[in-house]
Amino acid sequence: MNTKVNIAGVELKNPVMTASGTFGSGAEYCDFVDLNRLGAVVTKGVANVPWPGNPTPRIAETYGGMLNAIGLQNPGIDVFRKRDIPFLKQYDTKIIVNVCGKTTEDYCEVVECLAEEEIDLMEINISCPNVKEGGIAFGQDAKAVEAITKELKKRAKQPIIMKLSPNVTSIADMAKAAEAGGADALSLINTLTGMKIDIEKRTFALANKTGGLSGPAIKPVAVRMVYEAANAVKIPMIGMGGIQTAKDAIEFILAGATAVSVGTANFFCPTATLEVIEGIEQYMKKHGVNEIGELVGCVK
Amino acid sequence: MENQWKWKEQAVIIKQDKIATNIYSIWFQTESIAKAAQPGQFLSIYCKEGSRLLPRPISICEVEKEQNRLRVVYRIVGEGTKEFSSYKSGDRLDIMGPLGNGYRLKEHKKAYLIGGGIGIPPLLELAKRLQGEKEIILGYRNGKELFLIEELKQYGTVSISTEDGSAGIKGNVLDVIQGKHFEAEQIYACGPTPMLRAVQSYAKEKGIPAQISLEEKMACGIGACLACVCQSKEVDEHSHVHNKRICKDGPVFDAEEVEL
Repeated sequence: MNTKVNIAGVELKNPVMTASGTFGSGAEYCDFVDLNRLGAVVTKGVANVPWPGNPTPRIAETYGGMLNAIGLQNPGIDVFRKRDIPFLKQYDTKIIVNVCGKTTEDYCEVVECLAEEEIDLMEINISCPNVKEGGIAFGQDAKAVEAITKELKKRAKQPIIMKLSPNVTSIADMAKAAEAGGADALSLINTLTGMKIDIEKRTFALANKTGGLSGPAIKPVAVRMVYEAANAVKIPMIGMGGIQTAKDAIEFILAGATAVSVGTANFFCPTATLEVIEGIEQYMKKHGVNEIGELVGCVK
Repeated sequence: MENQWKWKEQAVIIKQDKIATNIYSIWFQTESIAKAAQPGQFLSIYCKEGSRLLPRPISICEVEKEQNRLRVVYRIVGEGTKEFSSYKSGDRLDIMGPLGNGYRLKEHKKAYLIGGGIGIPPLLELAKRLQGEKEIILGYRNGKELFLIEELKQYGTVSISTEDGSAGIKGNVLDVIQGKHFEAEQIYACGPTPMLRAVQSYAKEKGIPAQISLEEKMACGIGACLACVCQSKEVDEHSHVHNKRICKDGPVFDAEEVEL
């Protein structure tokens, strides 16, 4: 049985990775997860300089999901290079660094800094709904998606994955724009913009008013978008949005994802990634699947 | 406290009691968690109802190390805690812990232990383990919501205040302290932010070191999601900004370390 998958020339031992922002750079999960078992660790977004993030409350639970407006708090690329990359290099897993920025120049600066580093892939966050500048502003316009992808491809030494927003009219158009700009792969979906109101206090549940909805509640939307994007482009797809079990992950793979990310589930089940890996193997055994690649996009 | 082990396990409810209006007490039988638990640390307690994804962070009230048992006292504040209150002896709940740093037990002759509302429970295990004379000041909403007073009386002198004056002194914990002539060398506090802010400024004015325990909405409880940050004077170790993580760097901070 072969669970290896290939994303833009990088071979992962299995298709399961961590969704950016839900796993730090792995250190907080070491009590629960042997990082060597993961296909890849996708780090929390890193910018050119430290970002303090948004005021609290930054999260609120919703039915079957949660809203967050962390605001991409991160230590900046210098600390990240000194601390997080060496930490991850101790493990036999692929390193995917998620990159965020406010301007095209910010993104370029981080991508250039990372050129010297032994990381495997970069994931570009053009879809965070919780920061005022940058983030989603790049991800909701097809022309902007293509333009920033092109700029980053000129500078990137490693393959780049563009992480797309679901807060768009046509995900297929965004996927095509990223592909036209030279993206090596796509990640989708980021969170859906949402809101919760505390009816007793008559205030917003989040200090930021709006936040990104994640968790099991968004899975059907995510599966649909992965299916649409996979049928619009040729580059590989990393599917995510509400995955908590292997069954969820397999839905994404059948819809067209080459790999999958476990996100919010890490918060309520720290060993979720391992359970998904084991469950995929069991599914393959049960159904006589020798190559995981046979499953990718096989539901048409 | 750094890098200590955390466990996620199915704990058995030995006993659940309603001890005041909307306030409940659960004794858990654990496998490993109680043995490692320190006063001021907390548990993540998981709901069984699948639509409620996130664990509820609840402070540890009491520990029986030898029997590997621990107690939490919590208030019903929403659907999750309401669910917890429905469970009976023999029911099992997933819990993770012990989480956070806990109080650092100092050596002193006299200490203030100050608790407000649902910030009172962690003071019980703390009071048990602290040496020296203890003045325990408790603030409640009203006389219907008094709890843990008799237990705390075993370990120190207890004074109380209520917002409406229906029990103890009318006012807040600071109103009680103002009337005391007690030369405390250390303050330990847990309660709502306005109370902690008042304790912080009192401690500063009197030059008494204070450890205060904070709370905030949490998702992971283990320092990864960055939801539960508080503003810190110094640059934090994780993000190199001024945001300490309440779940991991706290929940107990030196009063002068944080800005409330």
